[in-house]
Amino acid sequence: MKFTTFLSGAAILAASATASFAEGEVVGFAQIGSESGWRAAETTLTRNQAEERGYQLQFSDAQQRQENQIAAIRSFIAQGVDAILLAPVVATGWDSVLEEAQEAEIPVVLLDRQVDSADELYLTAVGSNLVHEGEVAGEWLVGEVGDRDCRIVELQGTTGSSPAIDRKTGFENAIQGHDNLEIVRSQTGDFTRAQGKEVMESFLQAENGGADICALYAHNDDMAVGAIQAIKEAGLAPGEDILIVSIDGVPDIFQAMADGEANATVELTPNMAGPAFDALEAYWADGTAPEKFIQTESKLYTQVDDPAGEYEARKDLGY
Amino acid sequence: MSLLGRIAPQLIALAALVALVSFFFPGFLSISYHDGRLVGPVIDVLKRGAPVALLAIGMTLVIATRGIDLSVGTVMAICGAVAASAIAGGLGVGPALLLALGAGALAGLWNGVLVAVVGIQPFVATLILMTMGRGIAQLITEGRILTFTDAGFAFFGSGMMLGLPVPAWMWLIAGLGTALLMRLSALGLLIEAIGINRRASALSGVNATVLLIAVYVASGLCAALAGIVVTADIRGADANNAGLWLELDAILAVVIGGNSLLGGRFSVTASLLGAMIIQTIDTGVLLAGFPPEYNLVIKAGLVLIILVLQSPRIAAEWRVWRETQRAPPPDRTRTEGGA
Repeated sequence: MKFTTFLSGAAILAASATASFAEGEVVGFAQIGSESGWRAAETTLTRNQAEERGYQLQFSDAQQRQENQIAAIRSFIAQGVDAILLAPVVATGWDSVLEEAQEAEIPVVLLDRQVDSADELYLTAVGSNLVHEGEVAGEWLVGEVGDRDCRIVELQGTTGSSPAIDRKTGFENAIQGHDNLEIVRSQTGDFTRAQGKEVMESFLQAENGGADICALYAHNDDMAVGAIQAIKEAGLAPGEDILIVSIDGVPDIFQAMADGEANATVELTPNMAGPAFDALEAYWADGTAPEKFIQTESKLYTQVDDPAGEYEARKDLGY
Repeated sequence: MSLLGRIAPQLIALAALVALVSFFFPGFLSISYHDGRLVGPVIDVLKRGAPVALLAIGMTLVIATRGIDLSVGTVMAICGAVAASAIAGGLGVGPALLLALGAGALAGLWNGVLVAVVGIQPFVATLILMTMGRGIAQLITEGRILTFTDAGFAFFGSGMMLGLPVPAWMWLIAGLGTALLMRLSALGLLIEAIGINRRASALSGVNATVLLIAVYVASGLCAALAGIVVTADIRGADANNAGLWLELDAILAVVIGGNSLLGGRFSVTASLLGAMIIQTIDTGVLLAGFPPEYNLVIKAGLVLIILVLQSPRIAAEWRVWRETQRAPPPDRTRTEGGA
């Protein structure tokens, strides 16, 4: 009796040992922090992806400080992890720590943001193309209005930030050559709901109570949500009287789309880890080096894409 | 000096600004009436200026005691988060308001005790809560924008009463109430006495410790009201952004109102006019349609002009210059020495 118990116990141990050899890779994740809902969702999805694939994820929250991220990467190297994911808080100053990882033969994958180090120092970078996001939004509006004249107001992100500059450029590229579309007012709403609402109120005042506005393009969903409230309080129907297109794909914009108050959003997917892990698996298997930049899909969602279901799927991701 | 004489510089500055904004946006003063509510840029200014105006009321009292309260923007975020989580938890509007005001009073009590009892300099004492408090707000909201749909609570942000937005009523009533309380009782005089010389006022029988704590609690309550307004306005508590840098706008409003940062004589009415001057600039820049890169430069330029024109030194120089225009000075070196 005792002997058989021992045997079966040993068998279980052996089985679990082989399992951990097969898929027990340890991945270190040096995250920036949790400054926004999107960032929190990225962390949640990275954890989920690692769990699904049977990786052991070592997570480090750097609280917006580069020195914390560098310290975390050094400790990952000391532990001898199989790969490191890095969402760099700034672009500069990574050369020496990336060289250390390279000497230890640990592949580093950049998530969401880029660094200005030489590209042989990291395996690949996964991210979204911000200009392309703006183009997707603009192309949707071009298709939606057809030949009608359309006066557009634009809520920009934080002045001078790269998402604000690139999303503006992309949108302008898309509407170029369509003379019936024109951006008549453009102001910064600082990526926040409160500013989005306040600036939209001034747009409505300046454009004949909103009667002259055909569409709103917001550089992120939060500003669009604020603007929707301003439009409602002005007695207009957002989504009908004024078309609304924005970028990010946070849960609340899907709720607004389900209520018919927003028309379209371009998703900035928080699932950067999925493509990163795919690239790592190919690399681990036979040393395949991926492209230096893996562009995530900028998917367009409109009212026909089951916004209520999308809201349910996203609301617990930490947004 | 009558009240009108005291606030004349602010009224003139406001009138000049309105004229300037009207030049770039001719419809600035137009007000229409439909669906039982007044609509127009001026109404927007009264509504959008509410958070800074509310903060400026409390800040005026604190500054009159020779103090400063840097924590008000953060306290707004905390109180907004408390109110939103109470509403989201199904507590109802009344308890949510009471909890938010309670949180504001508690924050004020903390600041007041650090300043009046422990004896830490106000700048440092309130800096603690300013830097730490946003973390408290983020803990309450768990780092996300905590949204709610309760129409009763949203009334405090976007509701209408007798044709005017509710936030406008809130700062008008709070401002009038505070001004009357200060001037109809001896309270205002006692606060000024502490600001001019705390030791002397304490020796002459003023309970300076209790009064100091009370003004910080008042400032916390004002911040709570401002937090309620911004949270109700967007129907959600945004711990990262609610009230961000508004403590600086509130201090600016007090300074534009002609109050000295060294304490002493104060005027709540003038501070409120200062808040409206700031909001007129903000709204005016938005309406005028300049590129957003110019927003802060225009604001800084206009504030600089207003403050320079109000400075006593410039006023004295102006008098000297006028006298020299009337009678040519026999000796140039005397005027170059300054006034």
